Parts: sequence; structure tokens; C-alpha cells
Amino acid sequence: MFKKFAWLEWKSFLRSASFGKSLGLKILMVFLALYFSAMFLFFGVALFPLLKELFPGQDPLVIVNKFALVYFTFELIFRFVLQSLPVMDIKPLMVLPFKKTKVVNFVLVKSLFSFYNFLPLLLIIPFGLFCILKEGYSTSGMIGWMVAMYATTLCMNFFNFIIKKRFTENLKALIPIVAAGVIIALLDYLDLFDLTGYFGQLLNYLVLNPYLAVVPLVLLVILYFWNHQNLKGKFYLDADLKGKSKAANTREFGWTKRFGSIAPFLQQDLKLIWRNKRPKTTIYLSFIFLAYGLIFYPNDTYQDMPAFFVFVGIFITGIFMINFGQFIPSWDASYYSMIMAQNIPMRQYLASKMGLITVSVVILAILSTPYVYFGWNILLLNLACALYNMGVNIPLLLYSGSFNKKRIDLDKSPFMNYQGTGASQWLVGLPLVLIPIFFFWILNKFISYEVAVGFLAGLGVIGLILRPALLTYLAQRYRKRKYVMLQGFKQKGD
Amino acid sequence: MITATNLSKVYNGTKVLDIEHLDIPSGQNFGLVGNNGAGKTTFFSLLLDLIQPTTGNIFNKDITVSESEDWKPFTNSFIDESFLIGYLTPEEYFYFIGELRNRNKADIDSFLMQFEDLFNGEIIGRKKYLRDLSKGNQKKVGIVAALIGNPEVVILDEPFANLDPTTQIRLKKLLKDLSQTTGTTVLISSHDLIHVTEVCERIVVLDKGVIVRDLETSEATLNELETYFSAEIAES
Repeated sequence: MFKKFAWLEWKSFLRSASFGKSLGLKILMVFLALYFSAMFLFFGVALFPLLKELFPGQDPLVIVNKFALVYFTFELIFRFVLQSLPVMDIKPLMVLPFKKTKVVNFVLVKSLFSFYNFLPLLLIIPFGLFCILKEGYSTSGMIGWMVAMYATTLCMNFFNFIIKKRFTENLKALIPIVAAGVIIALLDYLDLFDLTGYFGQLLNYLVLNPYLAVVPLVLLVILYFWNHQNLKGKFYLDADLKGKSKAANTREFGWTKRFGSIAPFLQQDLKLIWRNKRPKTTIYLSFIFLAYGLIFYPNDTYQDMPAFFVFVGIFITGIFMINFGQFIPSWDASYYSMIMAQNIPMRQYLASKMGLITVSVVILAILSTPYVYFGWNILLLNLACALYNMGVNIPLLLYSGSFNKKRIDLDKSPFMNYQGTGASQWLVGLPLVLIPIFFFWILNKFISYEVAVGFLAGLGVIGLILRPALLTYLAQRYRKRKYVMLQGFKQKGD
Repeated sequence: MITATNLSKVYNGTKVLDIEHLDIPSGQNFGLVGNNGAGKTTFFSLLLDLIQPTTGNIFNKDITVSESEDWKPFTNSFIDESFLIGYLTPEEYFYFIGELRNRNKADIDSFLMQFEDLFNGEIIGRKKYLRDLSKGNQKKVGIVAALIGNPEVVILDEPFANLDPTTQIRLKKLLKDLSQTTGTTVLISSHDLIHVTEVCERIVVLDKGVIVRDLETSEATLNELETYFSAEIAES
């Protein structure tokens, strides 16, 4: 039975719409995987000698055990953000003669083969070996330790799914738990209640009595069956359908009316952003990135390189532009044929997208004015960057958007979600920042700061003046690419 | 109103549509029937400029659809769910389409009044997004939206599929009235021969992309169509 499921999975992987097409993306993923493996392995090998050197006279294993709880906590947080239960399309299997238990087992076992479960091995095993060879711990003790550590990691794997199941629908319920965690962490930090220490002592005790490694193993089995129970209960279609009946949010965005002919589209886009998971995060990201300047402005290293501030300026005033703009028109992929068949002139459609992004740049530019604290020149530069974004980068992004032909499912979570991403997304980011940096660097070096800032602003103003002409050109371009886009947007699956 | 000349569409070397000449006069209730893969949806997609013809052209009121967008203001259509915006409520969707066709909210509200029976209380005011509606209700929304703004041409791909019997009967009456009272050119496709003969004045049968029958609807039409489609079974 397992073999049949594995065969199904393999087919779905090979035959997914984008397999082979997004080779660049695959290479990048492989590269990242190798990079992280190398980093973990390096750290795993270096940990023992490093601790020896930093804390001479102390036992590295004791130090590691002391930090084990902190490590597991972070692991759980990372898993919560990044990892999700492997999905399997159970609908077609429901009426076939499969035992539910088998399907559930398959999903759970499959989750064990995740990359996140492989990485900790690279830490635990080298360190364990070092302890046996260099520190003279008993082999059985260290094997018990390694088994216990790894079993705990796998416990995190299953524990994460349980948390996710309970809290993804209702993130607010997580707040008291996070608060409790923070309080415990604080108490620990202030040495009032040494939880990490106790946990470390438990591990130390385990090394002396390796048979205790059974405890995390038993815990692992319990968590496995807990998940099993959860999933089995979900093996009905209503579990899938139930969550959907949330009342619709009917906010009207009436103020968009004053934007005239593009108002209905603007309203449309705001609803798109507001009501769907993935575009909604672009908003949150924009506010987080507003703080980006705090990393660079106070830092002395960058004071002699004002060209670097161009990068920051483009970024903080244009982060929404980059995040949202690069996936135009893929956001509208699921109903693009309607957009094309309805009474919507292409030019107006694009004009409304431009309008929305322009508004976002203006808002972010206004919100970034407190950076004047770090000097007038920074404020001026940021405003120039905002102008440059509006005049040059927005048309540039829309132009690159005309190469988009990958569908985006609006509901999927944005973390580690590469859907809709293709080579053009990676390429477009570079000119957006490199071109202004280049111009600024040259002018600043050979003439003056003011001229360089003025030049960027000037380019932006020219772009704004030329916008009607640029729009006409872009509309033509989109009309030409229309059929390719329509066909691409029809292809589902990642 | 609509003219196709020399129209063909080739996918990977297979000709899926090949129409030498087809003329649909203004105000006609036009029906397209054919088995799966006959080219019905392909024809409608070409008419809406969603795909490019391999050869030939379609003219909608003398406008070449693949070269100008000027046919859009007087043409409205519903092909499949990809014409619906899933994250809008039905009302918002109607208002949006209305705005595209210069109808304000009040216009749309009064327009929707006549469909109260059709909607059966399951669509308006339910605070549900379109993506959460059942397939049948989604279809109702799409069809009604395709009638907004007094279009001169209405294109509906398989409007009867997924609808409940009562709605099918209502829709038939609606479509018949539409071309009679407002002179709208209505193009529909269907797998249901009875519906199509009841609604359409003219029925064209496609087989593998080629027009094999072009009938003015009369008493005998249903019989003729049934004979045609059962011929293949009789042969084998």
C-alpha cells in the first residue's frame, strides 16, 4: 500500500505543471539546501572545539545540554513558521478501498523525511562523536544522548503539526501561550527560575543512564498517535468544507471613488489585498521594512557610502511596490479571462495598478519622514528615491510583469511559497536598485551629493510626465502577451 | 452581427476548429451543439479573443475581435468559473460588472430585482464570498452578470449544466424573452438537445470542429438532432 502512495506522490511531483519549467528555481533550492547542510555540518563539527576554546575547563557537553531547551524552543518556532504537514489529495482516495489508517500513516511517515528533520542530524552526530573520542564519555551514554536528542527533534516535528492544527485558524489564541513562554524565558534569563538548567541536568543524568532515552522515544510515539487520531478524524469532506463558512467582510472602500475612472479597479485591488492571505502579507511586510533604515543610518560603516542609502531609500519607499508589483498580473490569474473579456480597456487596468502602487509609495514615503532625525540629507534622498520609484521603477516593474505567466493561488501562505515565481522575478529586482545606485554613485563621486539626489528625483519626474505614453506602450505589450498569459494562468499546481 | 470567415484553430498539429463561413444575424438566438471536443468552447473563446485563431477572423459587429477592443462594451459573456472573482460577494461582483458597464448601484439593485426568484434567496445578502457558493449558485451569478448593461451580444457556454430543474426552466424563458424583447443576439452551447431546441431559433451542430448541420428550429428539429447523435451508436 505504501508503495502505491509513494508512486502517486512521485507522479504528482514529476507531472506538476511547473516541473522542468522553473529549473532556475529548483537549482536555487538545491543550492540553498546544500548551503544549509554545509553550515549545519560545519557547526556540528566545530561546536566541540569551539566550546573547548571559549570555555576552557568546562565540559562542552554540559554547556550544550544547558542550551538544549533554548535550541528546541527555537526549532519549534522555526518549524511553526516554515514547515507544514505534507498534503495529500485525499478526495479521490476516499471512496477507494484504502484503509484510512494507512493513508494517515503514509502522510505522517512522509513528514519524517523532511529536510528539517535531516539538518539536526548534522549537528547531533558530529558533536556526539567528539564527546566519545575527545572527552572520553562512554559510547553507550553518548548513543543514548544522540537518540534522545534526535527523538526530541522528531517530537518537535509532530508537536508542530498539533500546534498548527489548533492555532492556524485562530492565531490570537496563541498570544497567552507566547506570553507565558516569554515570561518563563525572562525568569530564566534573570536567573530567577533556571528552567534551561534543570533541563540540562536532566540530559546530563541521561548520559549516565542511557536507557532513559526511551522516554523521548515513548513521547514520540504518543505524539505520533495523537496526530494520527487528529488526522483520521479529518478524513471527511466536511472537515475540508467546514472552515469556509466565515461571514464575508463587506467593507466598501468608498473613498476610492475620488480616483475617477480607475476607482472600480482600485476598489477591486484593495479587496484583493485585504481578503486574501498572500497579498495581505505584502502590507505587513511593508511596515516591517520601514524599520530597515534603522539598521543602516546609525551605523558608522555606511556613513562614507551614501550610495548605500539609495538602496535603503528605494527599499523602504518601494517595498510594497516590489512585493506586490512583481506579481502583476498574476494576482488576477484565477479570473484573468474575465478581465480580458469584460469591458475593461487594458490601459485602464494597468493605470489602476500603477495608481495603487503609486499611492503605496507616497504613503511609505510619508511614513519614512521621521528618518529626518538622522539628517536632512537622508530625508531628501528618501524623497528622491520615492520619486524615482514612482517615475521609473513602477513602469519597469509593470514591463517585467508582462513576462509573468504563472498562476498564484491567493489563499496559500506566503512563507517559503515560490508559486508564481520564475526567472524574471529574480532578474527584475536587480535593475530596480542597481540602476539608481549606479547613477547616484557616479554623480556623487564626481559632482556632488545634491546633484546626485536631484538627478534621481529628476529621472522620477520625467517618468511621471511620460507616464501616459509609457502606459500606452505597456498596454500594447500586455495585449500582445495576453494569450500566453491566459494559457499560463490556466495551469494549476506548483 | 457576428461573422466568422476561414476560421481555424490548430493545437499541436490537430485542427480543433475549422469554420469556413458562419454568419449570425443580429437578434438571433443561436445554439451550438456537439459532443465533447467538438470545438464549442474553442469557438466562444475565439469570439472573446481569449485565444488566437490560427487562420481567419471573427468579426463582432464588423470589428475584428483580435485587433480591437471596441467590441467589449456591447458584448457580455460567461464561459466558466474563471469569469468569477472568488473573493467578492455576489453583490460586489454585480456592482463591479455594473461599473464596468456604466451602471450605478441603484441601476444594478433594480436590475437584480427581476432575478429574485431565480436566486431563490441563496445569493443576495448571504454575506458569502463567491468562492464559497455551490457550483450551481456560482453559475447563476455568472449568467445574471452576463446580462448586466443591456449588451447586444450575450455569450453563455453551457448555461444549463449544474442548474436545478426549476432554474433550467426559468432560464429558458429568460433567454427566449431576451432576444424577443430587446433584440439581443444570444449565443449558447449545450449538451441538452431539448433545452437547445426550445430556446434557440437556429442550431448549429459541430463535429470535430466542422459544421455538420445548420438548422432553423422547427417541430422536426429535435427529432433530427436525436437521429444525428444516435447515428454513431447505430453504426457500431
